[in-house]
Amino acid sequence: MRPDTDTVRGWLGEVPDPEIPAISVVDLGIVRDVGWEGETLVVDVTPTYAGCPATLVIALDIETALHARGIEKVEVRRKMSPAWSTDWISPEGRQKLLDYGIAPPQLNAANCAGMLSAQTAACPQCGSENTEMLAGRGSTPCKAQFRCRDCREPFDYFKAI
Amino acid sequence: MDPLVTFCLRMGDTALILGQQTAAWCGHAPVLEEDIAFANMGLDLIGQTQLWYEIAAEAEGKGRTPDDLAFFRTERQFLNAQLVERPNVDFAHALMRQYLFDAWHLPMQEALCESGHEPIRGLAQKSVKEVRYHIDRSRDLIVRLGDGSEESRAKMQGALDALWPYAADLMATDEVEKTLAEQGVLPDLHRVRRAFDAETAATLERATLAIPENGHARTGGRSGIHTETMGYILAEMQSVPRSYPDARW
Repeated sequence: MRPDTDTVRGWLGEVPDPEIPAISVVDLGIVRDVGWEGETLVVDVTPTYAGCPATLVIALDIETALHARGIEKVEVRRKMSPAWSTDWISPEGRQKLLDYGIAPPQLNAANCAGMLSAQTAACPQCGSENTEMLAGRGSTPCKAQFRCRDCREPFDYFKAI
Repeated sequence: MDPLVTFCLRMGDTALILGQQTAAWCGHAPVLEEDIAFANMGLDLIGQTQLWYEIAAEAEGKGRTPDDLAFFRTERQFLNAQLVERPNVDFAHALMRQYLFDAWHLPMQEALCESGHEPIRGLAQKSVKEVRYHIDRSRDLIVRLGDGSEESRAKMQGALDALWPYAADLMATDEVEKTLAEQGVLPDLHRVRRAFDAETAATLERATLAIPENGHARTGGRSGIHTETMGYILAEMQSVPRSYPDARW
């Protein structure tokens, strides 16, 4: 059985990111390619951060999900280049982050002058843009801690990288 | 040793030892945000180490893994700059060590983005995005604490006086870098030194801190010569894999 790669991508769209289970590995933009090499299904995955501890778990989750669909030989390959950017998070992924309470990363803001101080986030709870950064690093390295000045709720902001 | 392997170990070891030192702040930093920040930064550095060791192991061709390189080499085989093995005396020392490292690491990674060696270029293009966030934090804190209270300023100046001589080791080069430059693996590294000088001069001035003028420089780490603290770092870092070499998660 060799299902076509679009079908496989559909299945991978149901594999949640272990750190942020609200979005899938496909939403996150880390699944770079899916293809068959003989009887082996090869999935190219790019890590978000070089040291992201979720990387190994993601590879295992992808293998497990594809085995469960009846694919026997799965190889998850790490693809370093081009480097992942938060701009690759799909529009659906960004909406799911927002619904989950995480402000999605500002687009085209990676490597900008001023870095984090130049990035702004609207409150995921009330939508206000009157927010302030509390700390540059939050519950995971990829997020910063913000607070809404209007509804007073603290929230995570996914940093642009 | 193949110059490419030596260079990758110099880079990887420097990232690993700083990552190990930085991770030791987990649970000990003066405020929660900085506790998390140091732990996060250590994670990035250890992730980057893994990438350097993979390139080194591949070029070496002896079948060693990144874990073998991290846990089963001895002190003289580690080629990290001496700066990163300086002890976690207090928050001022840890922060100044981080800042001086970042002030070199960013231009170094930027230069490596133009390497003629494809895996190194890919590594650099990945790492540089993380490193920009690192210096964004350390520069901000250096200025805030340097240009802060009398006590914070004195502590930061003390840390700068103690650590400045070791910064030279980050930029020390020899035949290894020269050979790799001729092969097109490394771009011109003089601009890294110029960028480091410009960055530190501007930031330390804003922080009201004075760069020591005695010109004293300590080097040798990148050839395997280390200070007394290095043995203690390795003893702690390597104790579990050396006690249980076949242990698996």
